[in-house]
Amino acid sequence: MERLLKIDRRIIFVFVAAAVTIPLLIKFDLPVIATKEVRGIYDKIDSLSEGSHVLIAFDYDPASKEELQPMAIALLHHCFKNNIKVIGMTLNPGGTGLADSAITEVGNEYGRKYKEDYVFLGYKTGVELVMINMGENIYSAFPKDFKGNATTDMPALKDVQSLQDFDFVVDLASGSSIEAWIAFGKEKYNFDLGAGCTAVIGPDMYPFLQSKQIEGLMSGLKGAAEYETLINRKSSAVAGMSPQSVVHVLVVFFVIFGNTLYFMTRRKK
Amino acid sequence: MNFFKRTIPLIIAFIMGIMMAFQYYVPHEASQSLLKVVTRWGITIAGFAVFIGAYSLFHLHWNKIKRKVPGWGYSTFVFFGAGITIIFGLYNGGEFFLHDKQEGTMFDWMYFNVQVPAGATMFSILAFFMASAAYRTFRARTSEATILLIAAVIVMLGRVPVGALIWEFLPPIADWIMSVPNMAAKRGILIGVSIGAIATSLRIIFGIERAYLGGGD
Repeated sequence: MERLLKIDRRIIFVFVAAAVTIPLLIKFDLPVIATKEVRGIYDKIDSLSEGSHVLIAFDYDPASKEELQPMAIALLHHCFKNNIKVIGMTLNPGGTGLADSAITEVGNEYGRKYKEDYVFLGYKTGVELVMINMGENIYSAFPKDFKGNATTDMPALKDVQSLQDFDFVVDLASGSSIEAWIAFGKEKYNFDLGAGCTAVIGPDMYPFLQSKQIEGLMSGLKGAAEYETLINRKSSAVAGMSPQSVVHVLVVFFVIFGNTLYFMTRRKK
Repeated sequence: MNFFKRTIPLIIAFIMGIMMAFQYYVPHEASQSLLKVVTRWGITIAGFAVFIGAYSLFHLHWNKIKRKVPGWGYSTFVFFGAGITIIFGLYNGGEFFLHDKQEGTMFDWMYFNVQVPAGATMFSILAFFMASAAYRTFRARTSEATILLIAAVIVMLGRVPVGALIWEFLPPIADWIMSVPNMAAKRGILIGVSIGAIATSLRIIFGIERAYLGGGD
């Protein structure tokens, strides 16, 4: 029993690797039911009229790609499908490539035109300062977009002067940017805010959900899978639910098995 | 020298701190213009932080290589990786850095084929270590640890689709744990951190907290 307790961790790694790969090879569907937190974002976007402006802040880098990129893609599909103008930006220097590729690929899929139907403003350093500057005047914060085009007189930004003019803002975050968007953006300039984050950050966001400082929350790959289910376009996040479920069950099994062995050895002693 | 190193920064911190705190409550046009100017200054200053960050990173790894500390070989990859990225970034697909960013350059290729998979791999490795830690160290030794363990098991199963198949009440119980005890604890932490941040800000504005000036004063 002692030997089992001190098992080589590489054996555990093999189990985890098998728990991830086998469900990917033998595909099986699990029911994904949307929670009210995710539905909050979906309903808000669904309630917007054609030509409304949605700002998506892609505040994450490649390390969080697997959780947040499916969220971004699902959101973009919903926006472009509903003929909503999408304005992208990032406060994370590592996020530009992912944001640009997501917004361009989904935009092209729906035949939307850059500068007219969507625009990617790119990265700006300063986090809270950028938010305040955008709240005062968006053209002051981003005089040019990611590709170097002047933002003034850009059709996609027509009728938008500051953060207040956006019909909805969604922050997809791998760090603490959601709190910053609440404190320096939403509370100061009064706009509706939604949030998407990694599963690790998710629990920190519940106080803001209850206080209605965020309209909704997508947390981790599960949040992305729920959004994919809501827009009826099951993709990588839904596919990721099978391996994630199996790994969670495996970890729970490890916890219970490890504790059972621990108490049995203790009783013996 | 003390006047330039200590007194002037303290005066600037005091004036700017007081001015921006009052600015928040003044909706006058002049106040808004001031905010716009100050935030643009802030963004410009924050931009220069990249040079300090790069200097600090290179200095640290250069010293590791110079002193041949264990694992110094890894430090050479910092220079190798940063060097290649900077070169291709400045080269900008033959248009050089004075022009706007070009598409489909070697810089983009490196981003999508090196940084993206490497970043995702680093994050994915966590799952392996978490599983190992769960088996080897997560023990119900005390009543507090037992409560934590039970909550963790319920949330882990209740937050994935398979949870509802195991027991239909798992997801609602997991939601309750997240929305009630978790939220209460998080809110308490948040209020504490915020009060601490206000206190620290006041200490900086009034020159009581001077650690940011350096020198351990």
